[in-house]
Amino acid sequence: MDLEKIKSEVEANVPGCRLETVANPSPSVQHSLRLDPEHAVAVATFLRDAVGLRFDFCSNVTGIDWPPTEVSQKVKVRRLVEGVEQEVDEVQKTTTPGSIEVVYHLFSIELKHGPLVLRMSTQDRDAGVHLPSLTHVWRSAEFQEREIFDLFGVVFDGHPDLRRLLMWDEFVDHPMRRDYIEPDDFEYEPTAHDEVLRRAQQHQSETRPADEGGIR
Amino acid sequence: MKRVDETLKSELGRQGIFTTTLQDLYNWGRTSSLWPLNFGLACCAIEMIATTMARYDLARFGAEVFRPSPRQADLMIVAGTVTKKMAPQVVRLYNQMPEPKYVISMGACAISGGPFKQGYNVLKGIDRYIPVDVYIPGCPPRPEALIEAFMALQKRIDAQQLTGTNRPRHLNADEPSEFAVPQFGAHDLQPAKNPAVWNAPLVQISQTGNDGSGKN
Amino acid sequence: MSTAAFPAAVLPTQQIGSEPTSGPSTEQLLELSMGPQHPSTHGVFRMNVVLDGERVVRLKPVFGYLHRNHEKIAESETYLGSMPYTDRLDYICPLTNNWAYALAVEKLAGIQVPERAEYLRVIVGELTRLQNHACLVGFLMQDMGCSGTPLMYAFRQREMVLDLFEALTGARMMCNYMRFGGCRVDLPAGWLDQTKKVLQQFPRFLDEFERLLIGNEILMGRTQGIGVLSKELAVSAGISGPMARASGVDYDIRKVDRYGIYDRFAFRVPLGSHGDVYDRLMIRVLEMRESLGILDQAMRDLPAGPIVDPKTKIRGFRPKPGEAYGRIEAPKGELGFYLISDGSPNPYRYRVRPPSLINLTVLEDLCLGHNVADIVIILGSVDIVLGEVDR
Ligand code: SF4
Repeated sequence: MDLEKIKSEVEANVPGCRLETVANPSPSVQHSLRLDPEHAVAVATFLRDAVGLRFDFCSNVTGIDWPPTEVSQKVKVRRLVEGVEQEVDEVQKTTTPGSIEVVYHLFSIELKHGPLVLRMSTQDRDAGVHLPSLTHVWRSAEFQEREIFDLFGVVFDGHPDLRRLLMWDEFVDHPMRRDYIEPDDFEYEPTAHDEVLRRAQQHQSETRPADEGGIR
Repeated sequence: MKRVDETLKSELGRQGIFTTTLQDLYNWGRTSSLWPLNFGLACCAIEMIATTMARYDLARFGAEVFRPSPRQADLMIVAGTVTKKMAPQVVRLYNQMPEPKYVISMGACAISGGPFKQGYNVLKGIDRYIPVDVYIPGCPPRPEALIEAFMALQKRIDAQQLTGTNRPRHLNADEPSEFAVPQFGAHDLQPAKNPAVWNAPLVQISQTGNDGSGKN
Repeated sequence: MSTAAFPAAVLPTQQIGSEPTSGPSTEQLLELSMGPQHPSTHGVFRMNVVLDGERVVRLKPVFGYLHRNHEKIAESETYLGSMPYTDRLDYICPLTNNWAYALAVEKLAGIQVPERAEYLRVIVGELTRLQNHACLVGFLMQDMGCSGTPLMYAFRQREMVLDLFEALTGARMMCNYMRFGGCRVDLPAGWLDQTKKVLQQFPRFLDEFERLLIGNEILMGRTQGIGVLSKELAVSAGISGPMARASGVDYDIRKVDRYGIYDRFAFRVPLGSHGDVYDRLMIRVLEMRESLGILDQAMRDLPAGPIVDPKTKIRGFRPKPGEAYGRIEAPKGELGFYLISDGSPNPYRYRVRPPSLINLTVLEDLCLGHNVADIVIILGSVDIVLGEVDR
């Protein structure tokens, strides 16, 4: 199905929604449609029910972490250097806040077409991680959205049962985020060096007295 | 306890006089009817099931009675990846088994985390929490390897002494039969290992001469 | 399929934390935790069940006891480095997992697969389906209390297929057979004849099985009308594979996507009409017969030629930036891989769409109102493997 056609059809039927096509340069040519979170439920319901579209099967829901990126730019600024005003190069760094993107892959069982790829992004990765839940549109999103909540930390508003799916409830981190740091696992090769050696020495001084090879 | 002279014993046996020792009887009883706990964790468990089926026929070794309850079992085959979420349950099951009890650590995962060693939710070896009698490497170990592990365990039991300093754990009132169950923490299990069973491996480091280059 | 609009949304029947809406007061209810170590849960799966006498009034599955961080690890592996890990997802059918992953990467990088390799994929894929379904039927009978015999028969058949896998790939279970753009090794001498021999025995096994079980009064009493899944709920909840087809959803990815060379084979897609445990069991038996037909055709037509696209790079494989979602009809349902490449040798994001997990979405709906003993067979008829549920 032609993505542009779907886009214009949705725009005509869901007033106010902002859609954007995202091109996919790979040979798979699975382009996607970015939704705005406010109208996501309305758009999703329309895609499910509209005659001729009928995306009744939400196959895959997943999250993608886009950590903050630093873009450095070289700019010319005028500044006093040793008493003389000169034009110098300066590197300016701008940081984008990063976001977590949620992707839905839709198929139509009735009309046997697909995939249609929907994307939504959170505002940032700390406080603005709220997105609307599409579980009420496609029940198959129920566990998958819970998994994204667990591993990426996206809060789905309107989800009927938003708890951690895979990790235990006391766990506080979101391990699929790219900046997750694993706890120390006491693993090192016998010829450790640098950082690993320091860690090994630390463990030995904790657990063994000095005369057994521990280091104090 | 004095050992019976083996040649005398077989000579007497030929004459129709059966002699034995309490120790032999005791060990024979334990070796020939190991009841494993019906307990599978991952891929290795499928090979464990295959071992009990007609082709490999574990019944030949007196170990075909898989008990669903730990209270009736005396051998735990840790077959598969132990995740951090599962580790407390494994230790609890072990604690619930009556003495004498044995553990076979089946497969790379149960030994060290195996292919999933880098995983944040994977325990790097069940021997961090409970003592293990036999390790069988493999991913998965073939059914023949599991049978080999059984025979190794039986040999080990056969060689045990009722008294003396190297008597088995369950005959030594000072040795624990239950081990601490780890708790779910905010980032990791608490504690991350049981120092009574396992310590971080020693790295030979001379305190002065190591510059971190790997050459001592 | 009718064109009438689907009901607005089929929602979870009860929300967590809420009191059951009707029935006896909470004091009379019994909370029961089944699993993670329970002989009927096929691994480390746990269900928190609330019972009114023997009747289930609430059921919440608990996951994660086998969460092995496959997706996180894959982000630090090369594309090919993840291939052995896919074996360990659904460890009963490693070859179809390989296939789904290879297909996704081939979409991502635009790789063509030579014809012979496609045929080999179909052959090993259908063999995998055969042994998966045989195992499932065996385990399901075991869950019903028919201890031993059916499972023993099923494993006898499975061992024959595993021998074929071992001769071909070198491993019984963890085959690691497919490569991007083809397969790893060609058939060893005599493999096809051996396969034909194994397949000749299969119909006899199926006949025997059907005679033993299918008309069996006890089995019918135990499974018919239990765990009924409606067509609407099946579609809305993303149920795929034999479980959806048992509810009458006519959707087989082999027919819809026609991936590989499935358009060359004549086969039928069996559909159920009741969506109960009995239908789910029968669908598997019928699918095994269709797989036998596909195998016959594939082995008859197998062409000569290369088994891997020579243009594909093995070392330094870096697909261009972009993303792809590839899926196949695995024995358990729609197995998909979603990959994002940023041009580096490792995928930026690697996601497995696990059919086992998503098919469990409706577990509570299926079990409500049934007895405790029925939970076990309903779960057995869903056909899950924990390695794939938790990944
Ligand atoms: S050792 Fe290999 S086969 Fe066994 S559980 Fe681990 S990954 Fe699976």
